[in-house]
Amino acid sequence: MNPSAFPAELSALDLLGPLDLAFFRNALIVATIAGALCGLVGVFVVLKGMSAIGHGLSHAIFGGFVASTLLGVNVLLGAGAWGVASALMVGGVTRRRIIGSDAAIGVITTASFALGLVLIALFGRTARNFEAVLFGSVLGVSRVDVAVVVAVALFAVTVVVLHYRSLLFLTFDPEVAEVSGVPGARLEALLMLVLAASILVTMQVLGVTLVAATLVIPSTVARMLTSSFSRMLTLATLIGATSGFVGVVVSYHLDVQSGPAIVLVGATLFTVVFLATGRRGRMRVGQLAVAHGVPPIDLREARAPGRARGDESPGRVR
Amino acid sequence: MNRRFGAHGAGSDAPLVDLRGVTCGYGSEAVLDGVDFSMSPGRFTGVVGPSGSGKTTLLRVITGTVEPAIGSVRRADGLRLAYVPQVETVNWNFPVTVAECVLMARTARRGSRRRAPWPSGDERRAADEMLDRLGIGGLGARHIRELSGGQQQRMFIARALLGEPQLLLMDEPTSGVDVKTRHEIVHLLGELNDEGLSIVVTTHDLNGMAAHLPHLVCLNREVIAAGSPSEVLTPTVLERTYGAPMDVLEHGGMPVVVDHYGFGSRGRSMPLTGESS
Repeated sequence: MNPSAFPAELSALDLLGPLDLAFFRNALIVATIAGALCGLVGVFVVLKGMSAIGHGLSHAIFGGFVASTLLGVNVLLGAGAWGVASALMVGGVTRRRIIGSDAAIGVITTASFALGLVLIALFGRTARNFEAVLFGSVLGVSRVDVAVVVAVALFAVTVVVLHYRSLLFLTFDPEVAEVSGVPGARLEALLMLVLAASILVTMQVLGVTLVAATLVIPSTVARMLTSSFSRMLTLATLIGATSGFVGVVVSYHLDVQSGPAIVLVGATLFTVVFLATGRRGRMRVGQLAVAHGVPPIDLREARAPGRARGDESPGRVR
Repeated sequence: MNRRFGAHGAGSDAPLVDLRGVTCGYGSEAVLDGVDFSMSPGRFTGVVGPSGSGKTTLLRVITGTVEPAIGSVRRADGLRLAYVPQVETVNWNFPVTVAECVLMARTARRGSRRRAPWPSGDERRAADEMLDRLGIGGLGARHIRELSGGQQQRMFIARALLGEPQLLLMDEPTSGVDVKTRHEIVHLLGELNDEGLSIVVTTHDLNGMAAHLPHLVCLNREVIAAGSPSEVLTPTVLERTYGAPMDVLEHGGMPVVVDHYGFGSRGRSMPLTGESS
């Protein structure tokens, strides 16, 4: 416990933490914006059934982070290029249906993570700052970090706003979207770029091992609260921002790493909403197709087991 | 008969799509082998065949999703086509309303410079009218999961039509729906075809769907036969298509296909049904 958090006269601002310290203010801003960013991007990740990619990409980026640190290359550029390359590789392999996306993520990203660990063991002098990258740290968040996270957030919002309808179509129904003239390959690559950039700027306060949670938790909580795509985007962004902000404050007061604190705040939100929304919320996030608020429909008949599903097409090819 | 669909300028007897010697497959197995398939404007064609016969792949070759390994695909200049996949492939849990789903058809409209995230008033009105026209008016604000099976099919047809296609491709539109819904869908497609829309459907429902269509293509990796139902629904063609013996009866001038089981003594086979006369 940090004793400085409990002075004799406690004001509301003091509760937030040492706002007079620049690094803490910066960390608070970065965590809030990064949380919002991951919440927004996470909606697409979750709805496309690619939750594993967030987890995988962050691990892949770790390899790039270590490599560029040891080589003395700018970490954002080095790890960023590495992350984008991994993302495009996973996307490319998955699109061609050579192997499933889960397997592609498993192979490409864990190999990259392992490479990072090997490089540390062989050439790393201090394990200290690598640990910060693994679990997140609010120490040493600079104004440059703030500027970078703001830039990536603006980029992500621009992409989502400009391509909102195409992204909605592509996420819901990729095949028909492409037949209808939506440039699927280009937009998916753009989405991967946004995702890799989001993970990269989130890594410092969250740590690579926990970034995935900030992609998945906000959109899952949002989905329990709404059945509208646009409201889900807004809610996930707000929930992500709240988790980031509260998480950093909590991490200061409990003197724990910021990554676990942010994730646990998100997980607490999830639990509260899960219990509060009851059956309705669970059905929205569940994979079971059961109508809510209306009498039973013949959907069960339409998806009756035993009838081969898409049996003409042994694997989807584009 | 008002012709709302299919007006696409001069030379309108040229085929909308023309496949010549199309061979394609996944891995080493050929799913389609030397398939010729041509679609003239105004036609309503049913593609029949067993599971795994390449029906969905044929549709994907027409849409351009699958490139043939050998052979050529020609589409009419500026052809607008709409594709309705099998409802089983849809993520019904996706947070989207019926109206939002239908409006997807206007996402990437040719010539449109609109970049706003929300649809225009005109687009909304067009979507509402289309829902009305397909008998699911007033359901626009519902979540897609709250529709019945027949309504879901209609929603996807509405989405397809909102793109003002010349050619509508539907994959198994009557699979998994009850008899009444099947009747409604077959009638609806017939009406749309009367209005000038060219349609290709795949089906493995011979009596409920295929026998009612003006033109059929029997497919099992290759085209076994093509023609009217009375021409192609014959025991010989069906056995070559499905690899199982079938009998064809006649009811009200339409062919009725029945399974042909060889129960009892060897060589003396008896159809199970349709022996009333």
